[in-house]
Amino acid sequence: MTTTFKIDSDDSAKKAANVVRKAQSKDIRKRWLLSLPALAIIFFAAAGPLLIVVIYSFLEPGDYTGVIWIFTTENWFNVVMERDIFDDNLVWADAHLSIFWRSIKLSLVTTVMTAIFGIPTAYFIATRSPKSRNIWLFLITIPFWTNLLVRTFAIQELIRNKGVINKFLQWVGLTNEPIEMLFTDFAVGFGMTYVYLPLMVLPVYASIEKLDFRLVEGAYDLYASRWQCFKKIIVPLVRPGLIAGSILVFIPCLGAYVTPRILGGGHQLMFGNLIALQFGQGKNWPLGAALSLTLMILVMIALIYFVKVTSSDEKKNV
Amino acid sequence: MFKNILFNRPFEIKRIPGFQSLALFTFACLYGPILILIVYSFNSSSSLGVFESFSFRWYVAAWENEKVQEAALRSIYLATIAATIATTAATMAALATTRTKKFRGITFIYVVINQPLMIPEIVTAVALLVFFAMIKIATGYQGMMYLIIAHTAFCIPFAYLPIRARLESMDLTLEMAGADLYATPWKTFTRITLPMIWPGIIAGFMLAFVISLDDVVISEFVKSAGQETLPTYMLGQLRRFITPETNAIATANIVVSVILVTGFFLLTQRKK
Amino acid sequence: MTNNDEAIEITNVLKVYKGDTDVYALNDVSLMIKKNEFFTLLGPSGCGKTTLLRLIAGFEHPTSGTILLNKEDISLLPPNKRPVNTVFQSYALFPHMTVGGNIAFGLEMLGWSKSEVTTAVDEMLELVKMQDLKNRRPAEISGGQQQRVALARALAPKPQVLLLDEPLSALDLKLRKQMQIELKRLQSETGITFVFVTHDQEEALTMSDRIAVMNEGKILQYGNPKEIYHHPENKFVANFIGDSNFLSANIENENAILSDGTILKFKKHHDNKVSGKKTILIRPEHVHMEKGKDTKSSFSGKIVNIVYFGTDTHFHLELGSGETFTVRKQNTPTEKNEFEIGWTVNLMVEQNAIQILND
Repeated sequence: MTTTFKIDSDDSAKKAANVVRKAQSKDIRKRWLLSLPALAIIFFAAAGPLLIVVIYSFLEPGDYTGVIWIFTTENWFNVVMERDIFDDNLVWADAHLSIFWRSIKLSLVTTVMTAIFGIPTAYFIATRSPKSRNIWLFLITIPFWTNLLVRTFAIQELIRNKGVINKFLQWVGLTNEPIEMLFTDFAVGFGMTYVYLPLMVLPVYASIEKLDFRLVEGAYDLYASRWQCFKKIIVPLVRPGLIAGSILVFIPCLGAYVTPRILGGGHQLMFGNLIALQFGQGKNWPLGAALSLTLMILVMIALIYFVKVTSSDEKKNV
Repeated sequence: MFKNILFNRPFEIKRIPGFQSLALFTFACLYGPILILIVYSFNSSSSLGVFESFSFRWYVAAWENEKVQEAALRSIYLATIAATIATTAATMAALATTRTKKFRGITFIYVVINQPLMIPEIVTAVALLVFFAMIKIATGYQGMMYLIIAHTAFCIPFAYLPIRARLESMDLTLEMAGADLYATPWKTFTRITLPMIWPGIIAGFMLAFVISLDDVVISEFVKSAGQETLPTYMLGQLRRFITPETNAIATANIVVSVILVTGFFLLTQRKK
Repeated sequence: MTNNDEAIEITNVLKVYKGDTDVYALNDVSLMIKKNEFFTLLGPSGCGKTTLLRLIAGFEHPTSGTILLNKEDISLLPPNKRPVNTVFQSYALFPHMTVGGNIAFGLEMLGWSKSEVTTAVDEMLELVKMQDLKNRRPAEISGGQQQRVALARALAPKPQVLLLDEPLSALDLKLRKQMQIELKRLQSETGITFVFVTHDQEEALTMSDRIAVMNEGKILQYGNPKEIYHHPENKFVANFIGDSNFLSANIENENAILSDGTILKFKKHHDNKVSGKKTILIRPEHVHMEKGKDTKSSFSGKIVNIVYFGTDTHFHLELGSGETFTVRKQNTPTEKNEFEIGWTVNLMVEQNAIQILND
């Protein structure tokens, strides 16, 4: 029935492999070309300039702005230490260290607070009917797309001495004097929680939405209480969303500039403000460069930690 | 459990006690300050606590303020250009990085494109300040290009994400069918791929536009003297507290956000 | 079989996917498909039938081997340069174009003039009886209608070969049977060579001029439906198409000797000399049962189970050799049971009904 033609299979195999190889490399070349505009722009205006920052961190500060091209590692010292002007000893730069500590502290607190309010909110949205779910998502996206300045201003108006909260408390008679809320650590933390809340809600929502609630049914079938179910079934399965949300909140908090400036009023400096200072009044560009890189390194560490947690989750097949 | 029997409520497996109240409370807290801001923008008096009467006074003041006009126009101009370039570059990059086996360097491309999202804005702002200062000294150019390029750069990842999502969810067999029916790769792209990802492209553009419009930190550091964008103007007006005029501008900004979010949602929901 | 008959010649085709282990999707496949025939590739999931189809369409290249279309080597041509069109399993209709737009697409790509395109589209719509739906979108029509649009779209450019990748699998039973008749009609009306892929053996038997049965990247047998059904060459083909009874037997000349000594005479199908231990195949409907034990035929068995199927009844028997055996008997209107469980019956089988398998 079948007549087999004796064809040199090596020949056709070689030809076929060649064609495939050529097509593949042409494809890869095309993809690189397509990516070029995006890569070029970002290199020029985001990634590339960072290299200059690295260089600047090793130079001496100029008189007003800019740098003098002399190599020094002094700036890196000055990140955490300062020379006592009298006896030339190296002591801890308390001012800087307290700022670092405040930044990390406030960022952690904000992350926790956004989680406390964000998880129920995300859960609520995810458990609505599909039609109303979109409306709730819409409602949580609006603040997210509203200008950061605007939202921070709104908080300022809320908690300032002549603001709504104080006026209300006095009107109700609970207090006589306004409570100093603005320009404190509390104000900055409160503001950041308000501003970054949607960033926690959205990834957590995405995780809960993917949850197969039949697993929850199974847990109830096996006598779990509501709280046990939440703790042992829902939370572990929703962990990836939690972690993503935590990254999205913690890292911007570390580098926050606008919110602490408006709500901290120049007293409660965070990392971002300290860096900005060096390029303004501080007139110490190299120090600013070193501080920026320090912030970047901190962020990278946080990112690596988070990525590690995510991938170990995946390995354990959570 | 007894409550259920008493009130004849079926067991809702998705209900977690307290979550609904907390969620609604959160929504209220989220919108409260914004609503207060909006309300007070119509306050005829400049004092914060007391609401005197309804007035458009501050809107008029802002509208007639030349500086505000200039800043607003500059912001819109900047956002339009940056979003357009960013969306084009992002579309090309999305086409390059989706629906393919991992080739050497694809992770690199992906990381670079998303890099603006991973680095704190203040660090990028400072880096650009330093870099552009060098270029300013060398060329003396003080124009808008710095702002435009800076905005375009951080807009790219925002445009990239919705386009990529749309591409990945596209049915691969459609392009195969196109090739089967004698379409060249270019025709397949223009007649099949592009129309199908178009909503994603528009969504990406809108996202990029809003991000650019709202940017404060990078604009603050990159701008040359006199090149105010609306947000930098508002920040500049800040003494200890915000002025009522700024309040009005802020409210206008909220309205614009709502319009854009609505558009974005309509576009991305019609996916199915 | 003259050389002018061949539409597609597939020669020693290999398709290997390299990885931790090399996967041989197609392992030295050779095939000849004639012009104007309805040819079916039949096999279970993963047997390579869809891969072979994709190679003919041009979505992948063979690792080695050639594919000739009307004597021209198309193995390495891109799909948009082959006069071959595909009906996809998921239909792959362009959601942003109307039905008419979809059908017109291939013609526009080929550069036909506007009037030519319109005429052809209307022709196609008439052919698949969908004239009213020209301006609808794919999302607005039913699955069966989408399938016909996919067909029309692929037929419009008048290709030399039409490839169909399990096009009926998403349809419900009644619609599927209707479409089977439709497809047959279309094939004979248009005269285009159809290459049809399916895992449904009934579909293959009813629609095809010739069938190739595939498994694990190889073609096990190919020929017309009657041949495949009555003279399968190995166990897999026998089992995949229709129900089978397999018995071990020792072949001596024209006798098949079962393990319990029963001698069955058979008629040779081809001239090849067969002898030794083989498996023989007997289809359940080719056996006749008679009550009682008769010395005339020593082929007998005991009924252990009876299953009623409406059109016929299956009797599961245990033979003297210990092997199981199924007999299918068409049901008559009389309600009386002619056979009961536990009875021993004689089995009569024609010489033509015994098939010797190669494995």
